[in-house]
Amino acid sequence: MSPVRELCEVLERRRVGEYQALTLAAPRVAEGARPGQFVHLLAGEDRSFPLRRPFSIWRVERPGAGPGAVEVVFDVVGAGTRALARLRPHDVVDALGPLGRPFDPPEAPAGCLLIGGGYGAAPLFFLAAELRARGCRVDLVTGAATAARLLDPTEAGRLGSSLTVTTDDGSAGRRGLVTDPLPELLAGTGAERVYACGPMPMLAAVSRVAAVAGVACQVAVEEQMACGTGICFSCVLPVGPGGGSGGLEPSPPENRETRMARSCLEGPVFDGAAIAWAELGYPELEELVR
Amino acid sequence: MTVDLSVDLCGVRLRTPVLAASGCFGFGREMAGWVDLAALGGIVTKSVSLEPRRGRPTPRMAETPSGMLNAIGLQNPGVEAFCAGDLKFLAGAGATVVASLVGRTPGEFGRLAERLDGEPGVALVEVNLSCPNVEHRGEVFATDPAAAAEVVQAVKRATSTPVLAKLTADVTDLVAVARAVVDAGADGLTLINTLLGMAVDTGRRRPRLAAVTGGLSGPAIRPVAVRCVWQVAQALPGVPIVGTGGVVTGEDAAEFLLVGATAVAVGTGSFINPRAVVEVADGLERYLADQGAGSPAELPALFKAER
Ligand SMILES: Cc1cc2nc3c(=O)[nH]c(=O)nc-3n(C[C@H](O)[C@H](O)[C@H](O)COP(=O)(O)OP(=O)(O)OC[C@H]3O[C@@H](n4cnc5c(N)ncnc54)[C@H](O)[C@@H]3O)c2cc1C
Ligand SMILES: Cc1cc2nc3c(=O)[nH]c(=O)nc-3n(C[C@H](O)[C@H](O)[C@H](O)COP(=O)(O)O)c2cc1C
Ligand code: FES
Repeated sequence: MSPVRELCEVLERRRVGEYQALTLAAPRVAEGARPGQFVHLLAGEDRSFPLRRPFSIWRVERPGAGPGAVEVVFDVVGAGTRALARLRPHDVVDALGPLGRPFDPPEAPAGCLLIGGGYGAAPLFFLAAELRARGCRVDLVTGAATAARLLDPTEAGRLGSSLTVTTDDGSAGRRGLVTDPLPELLAGTGAERVYACGPMPMLAAVSRVAAVAGVACQVAVEEQMACGTGICFSCVLPVGPGGGSGGLEPSPPENRETRMARSCLEGPVFDGAAIAWAELGYPELEELVR
Repeated sequence: MTVDLSVDLCGVRLRTPVLAASGCFGFGREMAGWVDLAALGGIVTKSVSLEPRRGRPTPRMAETPSGMLNAIGLQNPGVEAFCAGDLKFLAGAGATVVASLVGRTPGEFGRLAERLDGEPGVALVEVNLSCPNVEHRGEVFATDPAAAAEVVQAVKRATSTPVLAKLTADVTDLVAVARAVVDAGADGLTLINTLLGMAVDTGRRRPRLAAVTGGLSGPAIRPVAVRCVWQVAQALPGVPIVGTGGVVTGEDAAEFLLVGATAVAVGTGSFINPRAVVEVADGLERYLADQGAGSPAELPALFKAER
């Protein structure tokens, strides 16, 4: 479905742990949204000419019983998120969406391991629901710095067959990184697919573990975005030949190993194996697999 | 009064005087789902070079008051891929294409112009003499009248398509540069490119852009751009000018047309509103009707230079 611009009424804004959640009446965005896609939001008249801010779609209510709504959850880190955190019911948010390439579900029912870091778990809530509707087994791992930065752990516990929690400080679940229990979980659940969203170092580590285990892996990245629609080339990251085809980029010439892909158009979901991690300062996956 | 928005730009009839600015509309095809490409005044493509360019590292952009800084660094797939893919698509979609060219030497510009000469769909060529996001300031040809003129000459020799020279306001004497490129054969001018700027992340005590400096765009630069158009239009009457810088509404476009621009290009405005190019034209049409003007070309005569 091609994205639309929609002026959305704020239905609700509430606190979720250390985060803020915003529910928008957005019938046209909600209709076609897929897990992994994002909305590009504009709020706040306090700054002149504010740029939009991108957020993963956390939950969707398809039009039907109600008018259709999307919910996002975010960390307040700067002017844009502060403006969104001040919104009240009946305020209006200007949204573009659904944007970007969604996660690819497996063609046949398969075991799936979903890994989210902090608010990065947001698109995995939406994905878990879709995967289960397709008959997939879903296991979840969520991690954060502290217990308050775990995204809605109660709800997360209901999303799949199991939930493993890690925190850096041990205030909830196991003390350590979200990637620590992965090898064990991959072996234990027999998962055939890994899906992850969170900070870049986490995505690099998850891609590495999945590659070593020989399991297909997709990650949703967060690059800084201006337009969100593919026209400014702000949001690029290096991908290997054949990686993350969005159909819009001409195929790279033979002599070039990697190219800069726009993550708003060809992503934010990429195959973990397609990202040129070495260029981003992380070890190359192939070196680890060899 | 009915308004006819069409204008003549260097002998090319445009449906409206509102174009999409270079680097702010991708290669055009990204926007096919948002606007009717054929209905726009024109699409200035992202600048293309002979060979593919990867551009600069990220972060490539930072929001600033009433605008943004960018250091994209001219990422593009190279002229061959451009012709085979995006240009073919745009021509097929019936768009009026202004092909933006960028090179490191006058010879490179000439070869690009030659390659594009006669390509179906290219209505005009824009010579990007002014991108601030290059490794060497020497590549910003528009800071030197002689260097800028040399590039324009090389392009004019290689093409029969009308040529716009895109200049920077980061000079002490813009009129001198404008005069030099017009004398060298430029059919028109695009004023202005982004202004070289810098922003600092005070918390992390480092530049906000990976490239350290970048180009400032958006409404923040509109007064500078309007001043440039005014000065050049006064000095070189009759030379068509495409006014560029912070156009977001029909009134913004009218500012440029009143002081002597033939057309305007919308850049950063499209990042916030994907339909900005269309909506600016609609707003301009309403403005013209309100002012009792039948066409954009009537505006300069309505402008009163004295307050
Ligand atoms: C596809 C996508 C999905 C996203 N989903 C979510 C989400 O579900 N929840 C959420 O809280 N955030 C999400 N983000 C990040 C969110 O867009 C930024 O936190 C937000 O734009 C910051 O805006 P600001 O004005 O508050 O802060 P700014 O003043 O713009 O920045 C404050 C700090 O945040 C950093 N920052 C800015 N933009 C980003 C970015 N895109 N990614 C990471 N850090 C950034 C800056 O470098 C700076 O350190 C997503 C980003 C992308 C690209
Ligand atoms: C992200 C970005 C990329 C740009 N890329 C180019 C480019 O490739 N070639 C060019 O001539 N101008 C480029 N420009 C400059 C614009 O075409 C325009 O001259 C400038 O941004 C001022 O207009 P605005 O304020 O409406 O954006 C770019 C501007 C931005 C913001
Ligand atoms: S954010 Fe502009 S191209 Fe991706």
